[in-house]
Amino acid sequence: MYVIVVGSGKVGLNLSRELIDKGHEVTLLESDRRRYLVVEEELEHAVQYGDATELWVLERAGIQRADLVVAVTGDDEDNMLVCQVAKEKYLCERVIARVNNPRNLQHFKLLGIQPVVSATDLILRLIEHEVPRYGLVHLLALEEERLEIIELEVQEGAPAASHRVADVALPHGSLIISVLRDGRGFVPTADTVVEAGDQVLLVLDSGLEEMITPVFAPN
Amino acid sequence: MFVLIVGAGRVGSAVAKRALAAGHEVSVLDEDPLSHERLVEVEGQTWEDAGGLFTVGTALEVDALIEAGVQRADVFIASTDGDNTNLTVSQIVQRRFGVEKVLCRVMDPARAAWYSEQGLRTISPTQHAIEMFNQALATEQ
Repeated sequence: MYVIVVGSGKVGLNLSRELIDKGHEVTLLESDRRRYLVVEEELEHAVQYGDATELWVLERAGIQRADLVVAVTGDDEDNMLVCQVAKEKYLCERVIARVNNPRNLQHFKLLGIQPVVSATDLILRLIEHEVPRYGLVHLLALEEERLEIIELEVQEGAPAASHRVADVALPHGSLIISVLRDGRGFVPTADTVVEAGDQVLLVLDSGLEEMITPVFAPN
Repeated sequence: MFVLIVGAGRVGSAVAKRALAAGHEVSVLDEDPLSHERLVEVEGQTWEDAGGLFTVGTALEVDALIEAGVQRADVFIASTDGDNTNLTVSQIVQRRFGVEKVLCRVMDPARAAWYSEQGLRTISPTQHAIEMFNQALATEQ
C-alpha cells in the first residue's frame, strides 16, 4: 500500500515508522524546515519538505497513486483541507484525519471527511468506559452505515433483569451481541438469562438509544 | 445588505469601511482585539458610532460566527491572512449557514482556481499580481 502521511510530529513520525516496518511505502510530508531536517536523518528519502496544503507538494509526493492519505498535523484546518483535496481533486479513496480540537469535529463532518481520529475524544470515551455516568457507553459508531455499538449496565429492578435474552423487549433494529459478567464476556443465546449487574453490548440502528436505555434501568 | 467580514487586516478593514460608507450593515470578526484599530475613523466617526459591528473571536468557532451575525448575513467575506482558514470558514458558512454570496481570499493561485471550479468564489491577489506583471512586461516590449 502507498501511504502519504502529512505532518511529522510525534503522531506522524511514529505512524510512518510503523507503516514502513510493516512493509508499506510511505511518504511523510513536513512543512517546517527544521523539523524536516531532524526527521530526514532517520527516514531519508521517505520524508519530503513542503506544505501539503499546496497542490504541487501533494502531486510531487505522488498523490495520484496514493492508496491512503493520513493528515495528522496539529492544525485542524490543514488536516481538513488536505483530506478534502485528496478525496475530491485526486480521487484518493481513503483518507484519515486527526482532529485536534473536538469542537472542530462538526466541520470535518460538514466537509465530508471521515474517518477522523480525536485523541481527546478517545480518552473521554475511555474515561466514560471506566466511570460510566449514566450506565451507557458508546463503544463504536459506524456513521455511514448508521449503526452503533453501545454498552449498558443492567440495573437492579430493570425490565430486562432476570429475563431470557429472547424475552427482553427490545425495539426492532437492536440486538444484544455480548454479555460481560464477572470480568468475562460471552455471546449469549436466546436462552441466556440477563442478570442485574451484567454489562450488555448491543448493536443498534442510530437513534434507538433512548428506547433501549429504559429496558435496562428501573422505572 | 448585511455583510460579515472575517479578518480585519488591510484588505478586510478597507472593504469593511467602504461597505459601511456605502450604507450596508457591516460586521467584522477578528481574533485580535487590536485589529479594531484599523476600523476607526469612518467619516470622522468611530466604527461603532458609524453603525459598524465588531466581534472578537476565531473564525472556526461557530459561536463567534453566530455572535457576529452569520445567520442573517447576505454576504460573507473571508479575508484573514491564512488561506486554510479562509477556505475552511467559507465552506462552513456556505454549507451550514447557507449564506448566498461567499467571497474567499486565497493567496495560492492553484487552490484558488480549483476551489472556484468547486463553486466557491475565490479572489487570489497573487494571481492578479502575476497577471499584472505579465501585462506590464508585455507592454514594455
